[in-house]
Amino acid sequence: MSSPSAAQPVDLQALNLEDARALLEHDAQNGDREAGESATHYLQRVIDGLCDLSLKDPLTGLGNRRHFHAVLGRSIEAVARTGDSVLLLLLDIDHFKRINDTHGHHAGDQVLRAIAACLARCVRPMDTVARYGGEEFALILPHCRPGFGLVVAERVREAIAALTISVAPLQTLRATVSVGGAYAPEWVRSTAELWIERADQQLYRAKAEGRNRVCLDQPRELAVSAEEKGLLFSQLDLDELPPPGVPAPTAHRVNA
Amino acid sequence: MNETVTPADPQPVVMAQNPIGKVVAVTSGKGGVGKTFVSANLAAALARRGLRVLVLDADLGLANLDVVLNLYPKLTLHDVFTGKATLEEAILPAPGGFSVLLAGSGMVEYSRLTPEVRSEFLRVVHSLVPRYDVVLLDTGAGISDVVLFAVSLASEVLMVATPEPTSLTDAYATIKVLAGQQQRDQVRLIVNQTSRAGSGLAITRQLQQVLDRFVVGALGRPFTLAHLGDIPADPEVRQAVMRRQLLVKSLPDSPAATAIAQIAHALKEKLAAKSG
Ligand SMILES: Nc1ncnc2c1ncn2[C@@H]1O[C@H](COP(=O)(O)OP(=O)(O)OP(=O)(O)O)[C@@H](O)[C@H]1O
Ligand SMILES: [Mg+2]
Repeated sequence: MSSPSAAQPVDLQALNLEDARALLEHDAQNGDREAGESATHYLQRVIDGLCDLSLKDPLTGLGNRRHFHAVLGRSIEAVARTGDSVLLLLLDIDHFKRINDTHGHHAGDQVLRAIAACLARCVRPMDTVARYGGEEFALILPHCRPGFGLVVAERVREAIAALTISVAPLQTLRATVSVGGAYAPEWVRSTAELWIERADQQLYRAKAEGRNRVCLDQPRELAVSAEEKGLLFSQLDLDELPPPGVPAPTAHRVNA
Repeated sequence: MNETVTPADPQPVVMAQNPIGKVVAVTSGKGGVGKTFVSANLAAALARRGLRVLVLDADLGLANLDVVLNLYPKLTLHDVFTGKATLEEAILPAPGGFSVLLAGSGMVEYSRLTPEVRSEFLRVVHSLVPRYDVVLLDTGAGISDVVLFAVSLASEVLMVATPEPTSLTDAYATIKVLAGQQQRDQVRLIVNQTSRAGSGLAITRQLQQVLDRFVVGALGRPFTLAHLGDIPADPEVRQAVMRRQLLVKSLPDSPAATAIAQIAHALKEKLAAKSG
């Protein structure tokens, strides 16, 4: 019985790579085989390119809906065990249909691209930015304490409102977004769908309250004031506690 | 801003009913402090003292009791909730001479306490109570609705905390909620992973001081945090968990197992005093 061995060379002719190459070329990721490149290396590069493409939104270069769902699913599992504060923001461009109708689809695309680039600039490397739907974007922000959620979301909203988007020679547009957000539930088993639903309700609220604004579903807080903490730790023998210099714990929050 | 109740949780859970005599909840402010380890080993230690004990995975799928006990049942609490199994079918004998009711990983969405989950949960606990001397609820951490509801059924609340600042702060915050929302006048503290004798007592006293200053006044009635015991940090714990063994069985003379045996003794006395 013959089995394909790892040493057996790949016959590139026998593979139908045209479509894959076309896809990669289209996305400006060169799908051509380079001179002197081994067949295995080339194939690996094609596969990596396709995987990358499958998670990317072609228009904006952001993560796509599939990528978003993968990250969201992983986050909610992690939060159930770690109690980390992870904020999901859903952003929807205000009156996008009007932009498209008045200025054409090309202008609409320019607006989507400009907002995508702005979002990518606004976040930290560990955050996830995705195009969630036609004119909808999503941000997943790990390690985002509830006290900061609104500040972060407002900063993003303002950055977009401040953009001057050039859509044609000598023609610029401005756009705003409405933002809805929710934190992943801590220490409980839940689902990504429920999490999205909660953020979506807030987005709906932001739209209903007049657009270009942020609404957050604030988590139930474990409220401990600085005075309470002061008294709690002032008398305790610090031998039991980690040495100074260890980063401050993040699982608890101070309520203002 | 205080105690913001999200739209997902329309009504905050107050005392659901009167706490049930033999029901003991094991809970914590933050996760990963040893709740499940304590629940399983405490159950075995109580069983050794002649009590009929059942541990219920009230963490609804996050407890990892299955891993700790090395049991992977076909029928679980989830099947009881959905009517696919009877209570009898889902109750298993655990290695430590007690019974367990596991939640299983099928318990996917229980972050919202629906009226159905609530009444099923209640029905299950009420039908368990007559058959056992102690029903231990291994609850989740924090103050989600499901945890608060499970805890509200218990006449004794055992709060597990480690001496670590985050754990103590979260334990304190959770105790505040239990004292206020659930009108409790007592919670018992187990300090796990201590590195020095006597530290648990010092921690309890300090927490009581903060509670007296910031909570008791507003409550207008006394509240006591009682120190139930300490469990020293013990490398054998990790080993036992990895080998899927109960420490009180495999190494009954280890420091942590000895401590748990003492806690079981103390708890048995408290329960007897209550019912007698
Ligand atoms: N006294 C101890 N000494 C040393 N290690 C310990 C001790 N108690 C617990 N641990 C370690 O902590 C780990 C976490 O314990 P456990 O799973 O019981 O926590 P938990 O509070 O139930 O967590 P979760 O919130 O995830 O349910 C154990 O696997 C064990 O390795
Ligand atoms: Mg657990």
